[in-house]
Amino acid sequence: MDYATLLQILDTTVRFATPLLLACLAGLYSERSGVFDIGLEGKMLMAGMSAGAVAALTGSVWLGLLAAIAGSVLFSIVHGLASITFRGNQLISGVALNFVASGATVLVAQSLFGQGGRTPPLSGAARFNPITLPFAESARAIPGIGPFYAEVVSGHSILVYAALAAVPLTWWALYRTRFGLRLRAVGENPESVDTAGVSVIRLRYTAVMITGVLCGMAGAYMATGLQAGFGKEMTAGRGYIALAALIFAKWRPWYALGATMLFGFFQALALRPDVIKRTIGIDIPVPALDALPYILTVVVLAGFVGRAIGPRAGGIPYVKER
Amino acid sequence: MTKLPTWADVVLVPLISLLLAAVISAIVILAIGQDPVNAVKVMVTGALGSPYGWGYTLYYTTSFIFTGLAVTVAYHAGQFNIGGEGQAQIGGLGVALVCLALPWPHWTLALPAAMIGAALFGAAWAAIPAYLQAKRGSHIVITTIMFNYIAAALIIYLLVGVLKPAGQMDPATARFPAGAALPTFKEIPGLGLIFRSNTPANVTFFVAIAACWGVWILLWRTRLGYSIRAFGKSEPAAIYAGISPFKMIMISMLLSGGLSGMMAINNVMGEAERLVQNSAEGAGFIGIAVALMGRNHPLGVFLAALLFGFLYQGGAEMGLWTTIPIELRLLVQGLVILFTGALDTMVRMMLGVFFRARTKGAA
Repeated sequence: MDYATLLQILDTTVRFATPLLLACLAGLYSERSGVFDIGLEGKMLMAGMSAGAVAALTGSVWLGLLAAIAGSVLFSIVHGLASITFRGNQLISGVALNFVASGATVLVAQSLFGQGGRTPPLSGAARFNPITLPFAESARAIPGIGPFYAEVVSGHSILVYAALAAVPLTWWALYRTRFGLRLRAVGENPESVDTAGVSVIRLRYTAVMITGVLCGMAGAYMATGLQAGFGKEMTAGRGYIALAALIFAKWRPWYALGATMLFGFFQALALRPDVIKRTIGIDIPVPALDALPYILTVVVLAGFVGRAIGPRAGGIPYVKER
Repeated sequence: MTKLPTWADVVLVPLISLLLAAVISAIVILAIGQDPVNAVKVMVTGALGSPYGWGYTLYYTTSFIFTGLAVTVAYHAGQFNIGGEGQAQIGGLGVALVCLALPWPHWTLALPAAMIGAALFGAAWAAIPAYLQAKRGSHIVITTIMFNYIAAALIIYLLVGVLKPAGQMDPATARFPAGAALPTFKEIPGLGLIFRSNTPANVTFFVAIAACWGVWILLWRTRLGYSIRAFGKSEPAAIYAGISPFKMIMISMLLSGGLSGMMAINNVMGEAERLVQNSAEGAGFIGIAVALMGRNHPLGVFLAALLFGFLYQGGAEMGLWTTIPIELRLLVQGLVILFTGALDTMVRMMLGVFFRARTKGAA
């Protein structure tokens, strides 16, 4: 594999990893607060449709992003109601909302545009277009690092950089702020937080809302950045890969970046089976690459390579008094 | 919160949940500028108005009974098996291998063999997540989700490469031999008088009913079933009573996977007569809705499967004859799962207010 091909694949990796990263960080907030969320997929789908539809109708990608966040947060509110207020089963709520999203997105897109559940192709200001970072072209001449900067680092849309910035931000929020301390505590031992006079309910709702906002950005990126419009079931299991990445990263922000980049790299490789064959000489079937994130996650969950233990109070609704 | 009478808990809670799901669906249909009354009319006529419609409704019902029972058995052991979809697909692989292995002379021989193949493969696919849960404490919901995707990738790999006969374009196995074809309702003596047109409903329907009865016997009339339920209710109590958690998780999940796998005799052997990609078509997930709606009891599962069979056939007809997209089915399915599984406390609270008022009035 020559350097140019590698850069190409890495460039694709960054683009594929972005929705995974946003969704993974989204899940991190919710699960760290003790609310399981397997509905990341549905939220992304809903956000993708909202972004695609509103961007197509108004011609503004920023309004599309707002709509995406609104659509995703709406699902977060339902999830919060079911799992925090009514103390229902969080896993079932997530599964249910994924189906609601699969159905609702097609219904709405079809009634608005009549194109078989798609939204019209977007262009210009209705999309998040690539941004060329300063000096990208002049830096290209520097051997090694120059083309890397120009190809892989530069030339992505604003949401990619936002996702990358969200990693240190999440780290800081989680480990260096009072909110983060309480968030981590409420996921491990909600009684202690309650005893300290902090509202468990409010903390968990806040976390679930942040999840909604980040999933909204992930979905918006799918429909207006990675692709030019929403298509039926366009997330294609990315919400679950993000969930896998979250476990793989053991619910930590920097590891989440690593895990999503790795899984994004697999997705990028799956597009170029020819490169794999030339590089390592073995023909790895594409389905094997598709399944790799899931297999790795099962291995990590099984604890054969570094055990993954989630927040202790995860999945258990908090009852203030018995 | 007021404790509801048993009949309200068993009958009223699912019915009100269903009603809420229906109301929201109707609002959505109105919101996209369509007529909900007409939609229901088309669904009822299409699914229940003719033997042809019933043939399809009962075909879907058959699949949903198996996956619903699968979720039920796991539920009673306190396990949430969300991997029915993958187990059903792998069960389909078992059916395909059995059917293609021999030139079956008659379906009466092929059916038991295929059932064993389906159940073994489905159970095997559930075995790894079950083992990891029982021995290593890996969350079974997450592992079964992962195994759904791994199953899909495995089936695609096998159908594109290994199992596809030479010279065939589409990724599927060869057609099963004629001797492995299951009789449809039209070909069954007696039933053929009613079901005159060709529908996919086949003898598997009766296997599904037998499975309902079998699961009921197992869970409520055997020592093993008692242990499973005891373990599901309280793990410490079960351990104190000498019940091995490892055994209970493994047995319940193997049974659950086996039941999901058995679904494949309906769709793969009874209908498609070859294995194609995504053969389960979401029926594994509908099992969750069916089990929740049916309150995890075989009789409830049967009724809920019938309801979802109606929803699926009716929804298909609606997609055909109206401009409402067929995806409405997914919306209804999601809402039913949401109200019966996650918001059931809300429904109970609503009912609790009513019952409290009533008891006060009586006193």
